[in-house]
Amino acid sequence: MSVSKHVVSLLLENESGSLSRVAGLFSMRGYNIESLTVAPTNDPTLSRATIVTSGDDRTIEQITKQLNKLVDVVRLVDLTEAAHVAHEMMMIKVRAPGPQREEIQRLSDIYKGKIVDVTESTFVIELTGDSDKLDSFIKAVGDEQILEVVRSGVTGIARGERGLKV
Amino acid sequence: MELSGGEILIQSLQDEGVEYVFGYPGGAVLHIYDAIFRQQQVKHILVRHEQGATHMADGYSRATGKPGVVLVTSGPGATNAITGIATAHLDSIPMVIITGQVTSKYIGTDAFQEVDAIGCTRPCVKHNFMVKSPEEIATVMKKAFYVATTGRPGPVVVDIPKDFTAPNVKIPYEYPTDVSMRSYAPVSGGHVGQVRKAVELLAQAKQPMIYTGGGVLMSESHQELRKLSQELGYPVTSTLMGLGAYPASDKQFVGMLGMHGTYEANLGMHNCDVLLAVGVRFDDRVTGEVEHFCPNAKIIHVDIDPTSIAKNVGVDIPIVGDLKVVLTRMLELLAQDSRRANPEDIAKWWSQIEEWKAVKSLAYESSDTVIKPQYVVEKVCEVTNGDAYVTSDVGQHQMWAAQYYKFDEPRRWINSGGLGTMGFGLPAALGVKLAHPESDVVCITGEASIQMCLQELSTALQYGLPVKVVNLNNRYLGMVRQWQEFQYEGRYSSSYVDALPDFVKLAESYNHVGMKIENPADVEGALKEAFAMKDKLVFMDFLTDQTENVYPMIEAGKGHHQMRMHPKVGELS
Repeated sequence: MSVSKHVVSLLLENESGSLSRVAGLFSMRGYNIESLTVAPTNDPTLSRATIVTSGDDRTIEQITKQLNKLVDVVRLVDLTEAAHVAHEMMMIKVRAPGPQREEIQRLSDIYKGKIVDVTESTFVIELTGDSDKLDSFIKAVGDEQILEVVRSGVTGIARGERGLKV
Repeated sequence: MELSGGEILIQSLQDEGVEYVFGYPGGAVLHIYDAIFRQQQVKHILVRHEQGATHMADGYSRATGKPGVVLVTSGPGATNAITGIATAHLDSIPMVIITGQVTSKYIGTDAFQEVDAIGCTRPCVKHNFMVKSPEEIATVMKKAFYVATTGRPGPVVVDIPKDFTAPNVKIPYEYPTDVSMRSYAPVSGGHVGQVRKAVELLAQAKQPMIYTGGGVLMSESHQELRKLSQELGYPVTSTLMGLGAYPASDKQFVGMLGMHGTYEANLGMHNCDVLLAVGVRFDDRVTGEVEHFCPNAKIIHVDIDPTSIAKNVGVDIPIVGDLKVVLTRMLELLAQDSRRANPEDIAKWWSQIEEWKAVKSLAYESSDTVIKPQYVVEKVCEVTNGDAYVTSDVGQHQMWAAQYYKFDEPRRWINSGGLGTMGFGLPAALGVKLAHPESDVVCITGEASIQMCLQELSTALQYGLPVKVVNLNNRYLGMVRQWQEFQYEGRYSSSYVDALPDFVKLAESYNHVGMKIENPADVEGALKEAFAMKDKLVFMDFLTDQTENVYPMIEAGKGHHQMRMHPKVGELS
């Protein structure tokens, strides 16, 4: 069976320890975890988490079943099964000395980045989009210029009426 | 009613109808112990080690179906309990374990006897709760019992900081009558269409097998299983955990399957065309190498836990649901629809199974000079009329008990199947004896396992629990020795125990009765004498054949059709 990437979105009780139950499940059962983001929702008793994982169909089925079995998990959906948006945010600090400033600014514009901090020798560029776009920007800037990269990990939501609600 | 947190905790146990709490006091639970002292309804059993408490509660639960309750202190109290919690977790045993915690303001400061009990137990519980205020205790207890006993059962830990149980804070008490958790909804009935498909498939089988497990006992659906099996007339095999759900002495029962299963059960699995799997989880000790597992079978799998389905082995008709509901539905469908498998096919299949049975895969070499462990188990079964509660530890003796004691009723066979916890047998037997004081309770063990929770002989003395201990003493870690013989060319690395206590004197030092049996001719008499002593714990030390192995055996990487048989199979009767 072929391995593919899945974006799983879950609502969990906003209780201390519920995140470690989710994270612990992945390490305990040897599942891949590429990224995990979590924050409270508009309902403060609920947190929403997005997990990017990979595996063959059977593994993904087990992952969703095992997550569902956790007592703190209220609902979950594998976003990959239907149309969805999955974005992440990146802040990247790059070397921007005199002669290169304009070129970096142009590159940032092409990727619809936003320069959120400027010093004499550096820029911090904020970029949002799917992970491929972020990867591609990193490549375009080049390792030589990069001082720091911080990425939020993917957050996702289903398109249209479909949704994850209690 | 205004009560302190400690009183609320004990009152909620009373309201849950709890008879016994197995525990050990310590600093963080002293307020709770004071509340125990000031009431009579919930009886506390003081153990000698927290592991013993968990196994006693576990044995009590397995023998009754009621949740087992444990109370331990913080730090080492909690960590000592973990082996028993994990044991219950792997076998899906409902338990509520209350762990004391240091005073809330000291949490996270590496205080005396502080350990993160929630973190330590997380991977081996069904769920755990950290109590955050005295007001929460009653609700958390209600939820703990609810989660532990519903769906696929399991252990639930409740961690309570000491200050929340203090006597100076009184709060109104009312035990919740019901509980709802939006994130926890155990399933009940199976999908009707799937059940129908399953019944249709069963009616088309030519070489069917019914493979049953511990789930049948958990869901109390052994009657439904028996009716269904007899209605269909198909061969029934069982996992180690499911023994007794279907009567071992019934003609349709072909014995246990798996690593030490019978020839007929394993070959039946390998050659079947339709497999009905109920309350099982396709454990590796059952399936052997999954690549070779049931190569020709369409598989129907009924289980309450969706994660058990298609975890290790692909399934054709998955049915998630309570076995009792699903099996009842199957029986109804069979009553409405007279279509059945072709009787000639089934008769042909049975005659094939009879041929395999004739190989006598459980036959062993008898002896007049040295005690054969299998013989002892057979005699234990005879002397107790096959109706005792039998607990075991882990290793060769466990397999022999499973193979040679014929369990005809559910909840009689009590062992650590999933985790394989040595030390389980004696404390579990004590828990069983509390639940069934009038019944024979016997712990079949080995000289290595018994020493892992031996201290509970003292608990047995304190509470007058006259269980019988059958120690199959071969002076080896027998199963380790067997694997070393088969797979490591007989290099017996650390598998010989040459500094054993005198078990007779040891038992006597606790005011129990000790017996040493060295001759085959004395086995039966000793057992009769021991079981006649209704008021005494009798420790029977049987010196058994040191080189006896458990057969048949499926070794690592092999399938059901590749069993290693007794070297003299065919010559033995």
